Amino acid sequence: MANAPSKPRSFQEVILRLQSYWATKGCAVLQPYDMEVGAGTFHPATTLRSLGSQPWAAAYVQPSRRPTDGRYGENPNRLQHYYQYQVLIKPSPPDLQELYLGSLETIGIDMALHDIRFVEDDWESPTLGAWGLGWEVWCDGMEVSQFTYFQQVGGHDCQPVSGELTYGLERLAMYVLGVDHVMDMPFNDPDAPIALTYGDVFRQTEQEFSRWNFDVANTEVLLRHFEEAEAECEAILSQPAEDPKTGHRIIMAHPAYDQCIKASHIFNLLDARGVISVTERQAYIGRVRALAKQCADAFVQTEAGGAAA
Amino acid sequence: MPDLLIELFSEEIPARMQARAADDLKKRVTDGMVEAGLTYASAAGLATPRRLTLTVEGLTAESPTLSEERKGPRVDAPEKAIEGFLRGAGLTKDDLEIRDEKKGEVYFAKITKPGRPAAEIIAEVLEDTIRNFPWPKSMRWGAGSLRWVRPLHSILCILTDDVGEAQVVPLDVNGIASGGTTRGHRFMAPDAFSVTSFEDYTAKLKRAHVVLDPEERARAIWQDATNQAFAAGLEVVEDPGLLREVAGLVEWPVVLMGAIDAEFLDLPPEVLQTSMKEHQKFFSVKNPKTSRIERFITVANRETADNGATILAGNQKVLSARLSDAKFFWENDLRVAKEGMAPWLESLQSVTFHNKLGSQAERIERIAMLARNMANVTGADADLAEQAARVAKADLSSEMVYEFPELQGLMGRYYSDAAGLPTEVAAACEEHYSPLGPSDDVPTAPVSVTVALADKLDTLTGFWAIDEKPTGSKDPFALRRAALGVIRLVLENDLRLSLMTSIQSALGVVLKLAEWRAAAAKETGDRAKQLAHQAEVAEGVVAAVAPDLLAFFHDRLKVFLRDEGIRHDVIDACITMEGNDDLALLVKRARALQAVLSTEDGGNLVQGFKRADNLLSQAEEKDGVEYSFGADPKFAEDATEKALFAALDAADAKIAKASKEEDFTTAMAAMADLRGPIDAFFEAVQINSDNEILRRNRLNMLHKIREICLQAADLRKLEG
Repeated sequence: MANAPSKPRSFQEVILRLQSYWATKGCAVLQPYDMEVGAGTFHPATTLRSLGSQPWAAAYVQPSRRPTDGRYGENPNRLQHYYQYQVLIKPSPPDLQELYLGSLETIGIDMALHDIRFVEDDWESPTLGAWGLGWEVWCDGMEVSQFTYFQQVGGHDCQPVSGELTYGLERLAMYVLGVDHVMDMPFNDPDAPIALTYGDVFRQTEQEFSRWNFDVANTEVLLRHFEEAEAECEAILSQPAEDPKTGHRIIMAHPAYDQCIKASHIFNLLDARGVISVTERQAYIGRVRALAKQCADAFVQTEAGGAAA
Repeated sequence: MPDLLIELFSEEIPARMQARAADDLKKRVTDGMVEAGLTYASAAGLATPRRLTLTVEGLTAESPTLSEERKGPRVDAPEKAIEGFLRGAGLTKDDLEIRDEKKGEVYFAKITKPGRPAAEIIAEVLEDTIRNFPWPKSMRWGAGSLRWVRPLHSILCILTDDVGEAQVVPLDVNGIASGGTTRGHRFMAPDAFSVTSFEDYTAKLKRAHVVLDPEERARAIWQDATNQAFAAGLEVVEDPGLLREVAGLVEWPVVLMGAIDAEFLDLPPEVLQTSMKEHQKFFSVKNPKTSRIERFITVANRETADNGATILAGNQKVLSARLSDAKFFWENDLRVAKEGMAPWLESLQSVTFHNKLGSQAERIERIAMLARNMANVTGADADLAEQAARVAKADLSSEMVYEFPELQGLMGRYYSDAAGLPTEVAAACEEHYSPLGPSDDVPTAPVSVTVALADKLDTLTGFWAIDEKPTGSKDPFALRRAALGVIRLVLENDLRLSLMTSIQSALGVVLKLAEWRAAAAKETGDRAKQLAHQAEVAEGVVAAVAPDLLAFFHDRLKVFLRDEGIRHDVIDACITMEGNDDLALLVKRARALQAVLSTEDGGNLVQGFKRADNLLSQAEEKDGVEYSFGADPKFAEDATEKALFAALDAADAKIAKASKEEDFTTAMAAMADLRGPIDAFFEAVQINSDNEILRRNRLNMLHKIREICLQAADLRKLEG
């Protein structure tokens, strides 16, 4: 290595380095999607943009929520709210593995000292009707990223294929910074006048949301919201393509997809509340998948989805 | 004779697919070349995580020229016919030869298929192989349409002649052009280099930190691992599957041994081993004196300046996080176990076993009742058997088994011990799943045997009752394995039981619970009809189910005994005998019959028996009577006839006595002894004598032969 990269000193520095790295590699650095999602893949910049023939290159941080993983801020690794870093490039470039390894170097992982491995891990999202082949990437035996070549999304074959990289930011940063408990991790520069740890920022919210997710969330309201989101999604998509007001062809794939995301998150909350039985679980997942499929069907009819303008 | 070298270089190939892929590459390419007329001396397929390689030695430089002569139409045939012939042969009229034949002048064509250079054939065959490769799962990438297991980056394809000159075989698959170069280790030697032969290739790869041969990688890993363990006074726990997998994850194996934090050393060794293997692909290293697992071995894919210190520290840290989880599960589980496991059993009420067969809790209830019923035949204490059946599946609700399903049963044993249950009960928790495969050990402790039998019989009768039997290759509930398990439990423990009674007893339990459910449902008024109907259906099938399931056991028994060399018709000859649902008895008889058939007397006796049986059947059909009256020795004319009378009487007594004592070897021997007298009798005596009294007496004697032999086995079922 010509010049061994210096180590980052905080959580935010890991993020900043990834942002600038992928910016120099030509990605549009997007902002997080403004809705509750379970993973970075749900951002329309991935789910919808992986469909159709239009080239695409985007990178972004996505706050992600997994209500069942809440541990009141006590578990060293588990959080109900955490961050994923997501990169999606379509078509997947031939040197995507090298680009990815470069991103690890940029956050201070010295390839000459560490053991990086690509271990088979096929990705499947039953709620999105999506699957791909790839690996989990191990650094010294720890999974630091998920690396996937999308084959199908929303029931559509991906043509061209997108390459997707997902980094679990807390885990990766803890590893790079040598921290054992997520709440002890420096969030900003540890020498800053007001140095904050991850715990300073998130311990209280983890407690509050863990309590709400597990015991307080009103399941009747949630069930109703699920039904409403589902109905709204279908209602949006049942509108004619031509907008009577403007006379333009406006297929509302994104507003419909917002409702799909909403339904998916409400399902996760209901799951955390323990009110969904094993058999019902499959049925709910099937309902969300049906919405995702309809949204994908709609998106490929739009210009961004590759349909002739 | 040139040599061929092919390397398909890609992104990381899943470890589990590499060996098969190397074989498929070899087979498809060599088959294709041979089909096109090339021959070769030897070939080998090899794989690393990033490459599939094929080396072929002693290849012919080109395919042979083939020529063929074709007879065409007569010269004066219609023009259309001649044109058609020319088209088929790919020739013009000038190329044809005219010969005088009897019928007149006829056209002849000589078609020569010139030989083709090996390179041309290889290019075609390799392209076809790449496009149609049988990966278990393949993918597209970028904007292309080619499918490979992961993106394919380069194709090396060279022919090396006798003086060592290499030539690239030109081909292009979706823009990937063949060449004569490859790359070394991803991190340690990433640059491209060219190669001229297989020897050159393997030597340069090794310099570039790639060990091409998976066997060599596995050997190196194992040797280094055992050496490091030995130096520390420890030993590596063998795991050939893991070794193969790990050898498929690295091109340059570097073995590192690390310590397990002291706080985790008290976890059950199986938990340590499973956690390390499943999550981290670590080998376990145990102390031979205490059998405790104290260290781990990990295999890195590179050398580093700090001799792997950073890599080992990272792996150790990940392991500690994983084992903290395992320890957390273990401690939580122990708390529940020590209080008697009640919450686990309760939660099994909401776990569905099968929607027509109820919850796991209901299944446990059935197994417990059945275990109690069966205790008298297995010689187990009925209370212990029932108790064991009630807790045997409790661990399915434990956190540890949720995390590591493969530890089911074993954790049950630990938790039953922790709960202070009797050792027989704890052992049954682990052993009642056995035997799982044909080579798996069969439990021998009576309580374990009882629960194992009850579990399997409940599964079989349950699925039979709802008509979910295995068909063809489909056996989603592993019912064949369950039946084989019952067979091995019975035979290897020499259990004497009527399988029919056991099946009926198991069916009765299935039914009884179905009735209870129907009654309970009726009370709440919910789904009552459905459940009551289920009970009715179950009741209706009982009569048909039991014989059908017994026949299934007999089929599985034939498959099982085939490995022992016992013919299926020998088993058929024994199945028609009384007590055919007593598998131990059935097998004893079959073994004795098989043994006697391999003796000269035994084999010939069957022929004699069949002759007697046929003659008798024909006569009975012709005369319309049954010749079953006792033959009378006073009408015996010939000496052989008298001798046969004596022999039959002696055999009758012997066979009857021996059969009663289940000494089938003696019974079969006594039957075989009849061979001499029967053969002599047929030699000397005419059955269909003109003297009707003699004829009738002789037919009655044939009946006696039939009757006596059928006491041992139904020889009519034997083939040949």
